[in-house]
Amino acid sequence: MTEDGESVRDAGFDEFLDALAEGDSYYVECANGHGSLPPRRVCPECGSADLAETPLPESGEVATYTKVHVPAPSFADDAPYVTAVVDFGPVRLTGQVLADVEDVEIGLKVEPVVSETETRGERLVVFEPR
Amino acid sequence: MTKVRVAGAGITKFGRHPERTSRDLFAEAGATAIKDAGVARDDVEGVYYGNFMGELSEHQGHQGPLAAEALGVHAPATRYESACASSGVALRQAVRDVRNGEADVLVAGGSERMTNLSTAGSTEALAIAADELYEVRAGVTFPGAYAMMATAYFEQFGGTREDLAHVAVKNHANAVDNDHAQYQREITVEAALDSPAVADPLHLYDACPVTDGASAVVLVSEAYAEAHDLDAGVAITGTGQGGDRMALQDRENVATSPAATEAAEEAYADAGVTADDVDVAEVHDCFTIAEVLALESLGLFETGEGITAARDGITTQDGDLPVNLSGGLKAKGHPVGATGTSQVAELTKLLRGDHVNSEHVPEARVGVAHNAGGTVASAVVHVLEEVAE
Ligand SMILES: [Zn+2]
Repeated sequence: MTEDGESVRDAGFDEFLDALAEGDSYYVECANGHGSLPPRRVCPECGSADLAETPLPESGEVATYTKVHVPAPSFADDAPYVTAVVDFGPVRLTGQVLADVEDVEIGLKVEPVVSETETRGERLVVFEPR
Repeated sequence: MTKVRVAGAGITKFGRHPERTSRDLFAEAGATAIKDAGVARDDVEGVYYGNFMGELSEHQGHQGPLAAEALGVHAPATRYESACASSGVALRQAVRDVRNGEADVLVAGGSERMTNLSTAGSTEALAIAADELYEVRAGVTFPGAYAMMATAYFEQFGGTREDLAHVAVKNHANAVDNDHAQYQREITVEAALDSPAVADPLHLYDACPVTDGASAVVLVSEAYAEAHDLDAGVAITGTGQGGDRMALQDRENVATSPAATEAAEEAYADAGVTADDVDVAEVHDCFTIAEVLALESLGLFETGEGITAARDGITTQDGDLPVNLSGGLKAKGHPVGATGTSQVAELTKLLRGDHVNSEHVPEARVGVAHNAGGTVASAVVHVLEEVAE
């Protein structure tokens, strides 16, 4: 946010969230097949500058997770919540799982969507179990 | 290439000093180190200073000159920031500059003021060591990130909360007689297991506290030590640094810390030692699982076997390989920017024989210090050796 409250976008990242919200999500792929998430100018694996937006697989699997009981202030009203790193093959993505921690396990199939935090109404990546 | 001696070490009491500025804390630690070294203040040629959250906790950037002023030395001073490894990287640069003949006397240290922030404020401040776009905005806290590493570790290698509790119990036991430590009291496995959940599977007693404090060491060249007849019987013989992708999601496996492995391999090769030569270690146990990952990265335990090291009594005071005899970050406290050099200060005393816990490692000649930044996207390892006078 700028001083007068006007929202400034984070180029690359906000477009990524926009696409995810529209069900049209992507990651970036280099000429050597390495996946990464924007913003990127080069592939972090090999330095290739030949990057192409490539559709993100519709679903992924939970690689690891935790239930956060003590949040940062910007998530005060959201806690407790489950965060997870989800494996989509070429890339992994971090977000909150819309499920009780008892129902989350490594390998759980989920699909990513965009939601808003309860505390400040900020956009975030969430995962819905399939 | 000259050998680098640790001529002096200083550490403030780690704990709650909400009214004290980080410059005041550093002034105390630095004065102690300079006095311990017996070097003339005018001989100090540079100050290498670590600090992480000064902009948030004290509204203070550009802290290098303040650090030099605090010591009363007129010399170039630079702040190094690498999250929780800030003073570790500051020290590494000082070691390299003494070796290269750039300087004969340098002070490396760090300071952090944290308890003037609310719990919420410090949680937010620590979280900025993670990836803002992809982790912090998803609600990942610092304990939450390590909790996800612990979940992955348990899945791949096994382990229980009780195994982790033994790490906490051990480090608290080590801190009882260390007057620099924030918590000079023992805890039990039961108390650790019963403490409130912070981020599953990590509970309150798996986590280091929020701490104020400072530490400093005085490095001198071998030639300077000899010319000034200094009592400096500990040398830093190896230094290494490793890096990894910032966000957990971009790592191949979050149940290991390859940045620390790289740092350790470099430091061991530099010193000409192997993991088998290590007699005592100070490792970065910001969470109990972090100590486990550290032990494995340092090659002291095979991958997947560090989890039971404390429970089996191998890393306890009377074990074969005592780890965190200072109390570690867990019980000694973790004033983020001061931690790296405090580990080296503690190891120096342990090897010299004037640490309160030196009695547990009377024959120790080789020590290793492991300092990690964030979720180990940064790692610095130093090898210390006792040298013949
Ligand atoms: Zn590539």
